[in-house]
Amino acid sequence: MTYAKRFDGRGFEELRPMTAKVGVIHRADGSAMFQTGKTIAYAAVYGPRDLHPKFMQNPSTGILRINYNMMPFSGHGERVRPGGSRRSKEINMVMQNALLPVLNLKDYPNAVVDVFVELPQTDAGTRCAAITAAAMALADAGIEMKDLVCAVAAGRVEDKVVLDLNYLEDSHEDGADIPVAILPNSGKVTLLQMDGEISPEMLKEAVTKAKTACKKIYEVQKEALKARFATRSA
Amino acid sequence: MEQIAVQDKEIVVPGQELASGMSYLPGPGTYRDEGAIRAQRLGMVSIEGKVIRLIALSGKYLPKLKDKVIGKVIDVLLTGWRIEFNSPYSAVMTLKDATSDFIQRGADLTQYYALGDYVLCQIVNVTSQKLIDVSMKAPGLRKLRGGRIIEVSPQKVPRIIGKDGSMVGMIKQATKCDIAVGQNGLVWLSGEPQSEVIAAQAIQIIEQEAHLGGLTNRIANWLKEKTGVHVTAMPSAEHAPEGGAQ
Repeated sequence: MTYAKRFDGRGFEELRPMTAKVGVIHRADGSAMFQTGKTIAYAAVYGPRDLHPKFMQNPSTGILRINYNMMPFSGHGERVRPGGSRRSKEINMVMQNALLPVLNLKDYPNAVVDVFVELPQTDAGTRCAAITAAAMALADAGIEMKDLVCAVAAGRVEDKVVLDLNYLEDSHEDGADIPVAILPNSGKVTLLQMDGEISPEMLKEAVTKAKTACKKIYEVQKEALKARFATRSA
Repeated sequence: MEQIAVQDKEIVVPGQELASGMSYLPGPGTYRDEGAIRAQRLGMVSIEGKVIRLIALSGKYLPKLKDKVIGKVIDVLLTGWRIEFNSPYSAVMTLKDATSDFIQRGADLTQYYALGDYVLCQIVNVTSQKLIDVSMKAPGLRKLRGGRIIEVSPQKVPRIIGKDGSMVGMIKQATKCDIAVGQNGLVWLSGEPQSEVIAAQAIQIIEQEAHLGGLTNRIANWLKEKTGVHVTAMPSAEHAPEGGAQ
């Protein structure tokens, strides 16, 4: 079978339309919204702040705590049960691993930086949208970072490598979904997962294309962060 | 080869390249990454000769030695008080640092500072593990009675105080409020209820427009409009030149 045309009519390497906004939650220390197609992620950062329970404190550095949550009405008609799940626990962990390499929390021993990511509407690619939004929110919170983090899903649908899969492609029976997070300036990879099957050649192609695509996401992030302070001067 | 990639006062994002080559020096908020100097946080570029540094635009207050801060008493300990001051860490004020009175063993410490009291205090010790001591033993430090507390971004505090306290002096003059500004971003106002509102609004305007030029004149005009008092920005002698709180 060949995948001649994408379900939503995009080019094979075309990303969904993206929007980003920084400073959307005023009570938070830092916040951001990132939307790609029908997937929307809101990230709010609180901290660095006092960490409880005390046994989680680390005297040599501050820690990063992620809370990823899909809202009950966010899926495809099926109600997402509120609260943590096996899946959200995994995503919290991979997001922490994806974001921590750029953060410097050495100045905040025993403290915590809390990141809450809420997804009011989802159409696949949520962990990537969540990482992209969280990176902007962390920068907005004024936390020391070596670089931003951009994430996008690459994958295979039948015989084609595609980028930024939507739910129809993500759940296609013959394919693979590969979320990738990149540090845009050094090109290092901080998240690489896969669900499905893919040949080694196509995997290489997918990761290379994801890296190029992340540059576009980086530009969107950069613009949103700068706009946050430009609007204040207006 | 060796050149600056950004302009002075430009807003940059973490990881953005600020300059290439080895002839520039990375200042605070930047780091060297092989041949390049990159931003380490979201901030505004400030180029001073060969040094490139970043001015932070957001972030929590990090306790610094000798800063005057406004704190709240959150606990009474065996030999002192625990003070919270809008930072990731709380501080301890010991008896010795609080008063020169003789205090009997087992005395009721809430006579001096009770839970929920606000104090203007000075940071006298910060350890690597961020254990913080504060003291009341310096001129101008006191318990803050009555009035109201407002919160501003700690990065905007220097603008609110102004050069030698000129900005805050102007607000005091116009509204006849008593004002204390802590380096941690807490501001205490006390005066007539109407003037407290005006002073709080003035401080909010300063916070929003902190990075724009000509702010002092605009605030002076705004205050005149609201209070009818003609004020000029004069560095007043009563304000300490540095060390923060007025």
